[in-house]
Amino acid sequence: MTFFNFIVYVVIGVSAVLSYFVLANWAHDYLVGKFSKKNLQDSIFRPWIFMAPALIILLVYLIYPVSETIRLSFFDNYGREFTGVSNYVWALNDSDFRQSILNNFLWLIVVPTTCTFLGLTIATLADRVWWGVFAKTLIFMPMAISFVGASVIWKFVYEYRGAGNDQIGILNAIIVYFGGDPHAWIAIPFWNNFFLMVIMIWIQTGLAMVIFSAALRAIPEETLEAARIDGASEVRIFFYIIIPFLSETIVVIWTTITILVLKVFDIVLAMTNGQWGTEVLANLMFDWMFRGGGDSGRGSTIALFIMLGVIPIMIWNLRRFKMEQER
Amino acid sequence: MKHLSFGKFLAHFFLLIIVFIWVIPTFGLLISSLRDKDQVALTGWWTALKHNEFNEIVRTEKSTVQFEENGVFVITGNLLKSAPSKSVINFGITSKNPKAFKAPSKVTMKNGSTFYLQKDGSYRWTSDKAFKHKKGKRIFLTVNTPPSLTLENYKEVLVFRGLGQSFINSLTVAVPSTIIPLIIGAFAAYALSWMNFYGRDLIFATIVCLLVVPLQMSLIPILTVYNQIGNFFGVSAKSYVGIWLAHTGFGLPLKIFLLRNFIKSLPHEMFEAARVDGASHYQIFMKIILPLSIPAFASIGILQFLWVWNDLLVALVFLDKMPSEIVLTSRLREMLGEFSQNWEILTTSAFVSMIVPLFVFLSLQRYFIRGLVAGSVKG
Repeated sequence: MTFFNFIVYVVIGVSAVLSYFVLANWAHDYLVGKFSKKNLQDSIFRPWIFMAPALIILLVYLIYPVSETIRLSFFDNYGREFTGVSNYVWALNDSDFRQSILNNFLWLIVVPTTCTFLGLTIATLADRVWWGVFAKTLIFMPMAISFVGASVIWKFVYEYRGAGNDQIGILNAIIVYFGGDPHAWIAIPFWNNFFLMVIMIWIQTGLAMVIFSAALRAIPEETLEAARIDGASEVRIFFYIIIPFLSETIVVIWTTITILVLKVFDIVLAMTNGQWGTEVLANLMFDWMFRGGGDSGRGSTIALFIMLGVIPIMIWNLRRFKMEQER
Repeated sequence: MKHLSFGKFLAHFFLLIIVFIWVIPTFGLLISSLRDKDQVALTGWWTALKHNEFNEIVRTEKSTVQFEENGVFVITGNLLKSAPSKSVINFGITSKNPKAFKAPSKVTMKNGSTFYLQKDGSYRWTSDKAFKHKKGKRIFLTVNTPPSLTLENYKEVLVFRGLGQSFINSLTVAVPSTIIPLIIGAFAAYALSWMNFYGRDLIFATIVCLLVVPLQMSLIPILTVYNQIGNFFGVSAKSYVGIWLAHTGFGLPLKIFLLRNFIKSLPHEMFEAARVDGASHYQIFMKIILPLSIPAFASIGILQFLWVWNDLLVALVFLDKMPSEIVLTSRLREMLGEFSQNWEILTTSAFVSMIVPLFVFLSLQRYFIRGLVAGSVKG
């Protein structure tokens, strides 16, 4: 793959898609136009020409796989023989799986909470200082970095050298400076989970902050002004006016980060690959997809547990969408 | 008033601390990628601008280079290999006492020879008898090394560690994977907002559901299908086309959802006027909607581009690990195992993988934020 090949690939790939739409509509106009000019405007075929590629791709890449994954979870490792709920029984008795469920819960509790809290704090503080925009840009920057890249960054922060040597990881260097002992942070069971979560929090706080910033600006100035004239303190205003105003935003941020955290994979793979008690569902599933030639039954079962976590959010979304339609 | 200014002070103070904590890790990465590789391994990056002292063990020249001068046998050379920026602080001739002498000084060895070492590392070793040693004598040095920043690491990873290739591979994955779902999504979004057809609401409700389906649900079945196609046609199951379509599939629900919200918010009158003039839906889409949607395309496109560029999971499953296909994130992950102690390589590689996203982020931040805010509202 050279740079020239790259250009050729892109041109071919994109023009293939474009030409479908151009050619299909041209053919449609030509054929329908033969029968009646009027039908061109409200042709019953045209919506399907517009929708066809999207529908086919959604069907092939999402709808079929979801049903197939459900089916496979009741079959053996090659997906040939029906084995009932044996994959589920295996999962519930597997120590790695149990560990993953526990860790995922831990992530679900800690990460969205911390991101929301920090995001709101930073958005509020940044509104009060003249260099707020600059501060927000810096805090938001990790959003652009990949999870793997962020893992390298933080692995370097946590880097451990035996006591007595110069520490090159900044965390241990600070601890040694204040007279503490250096530790290999990502290998300390249970607590290492939190060191991995820090990476996700570092990335996602920017998202929470940006959304809160937009929401804070939408709070009517008169309301705040009125409260101030009545003598309410800034703290009271924050808890009695700003927080209630932001309740919907908080829910939105919470769900967005929750969905992301349920699927957390890259960070665990890059930092520990699930060792030292840091396994999570997505990494375990990836492992089973390829372990010993791949076990589609167990892999699918684990995927279904991840799916289980998003179903409440899905239903809530759907209800909100319905309410919007009726409005 | 006094109370207020104290609050202001606290706001500055806390925000400064948070920003500091947020920036330090990335800053350390950037500095480390620019440091000499021996220094990265031995000292913290925060000492990059300080003079550092390193202990080195070097050997003198062998006896073969000696020459006779006025009846004395002489060996000369430079222990620092003539690196002009370094200088010797202390040196020693036994491992027990490696800092015994301060440079420059003259030392008498056990065998009666005289060893004279200067600060710049050059030495003159003289003896009345001929030197006989086969291996050079060991000398223990404490060397003062000045800070030096170099682009050497970048050359190393881009040319010799295959990251330049991976960079192009990542582009080859990311650019079509961004444009294709935008085109397909825009047509579908238009149909869902302005056209009447049977099942429209059901299709849209399905898309709302698909928004949150974790892509883990799709991996195994699609991989199986790809393998079957590969076997049937006798081609590789892993290909660029395969991953473009996979990314298109996983990104499409959100693209359709966001574009529909946008297209639906365009003024209805403009659309009606075009209809009265006899324009077909295709013409309206191409001539009116498309030009108006450029800002929305930018926001949503950036979101998708960064998502694909930073993705690891899809690339691991649907792309080969051979040099012509492996993408940056995947290669970086390999390197974490391969060079787990070579932090100069890891930090540089990580920074290479971040250059494009950071550039996109800094130059198009406004669009990026707009896309994110719109995208998260989906819940």
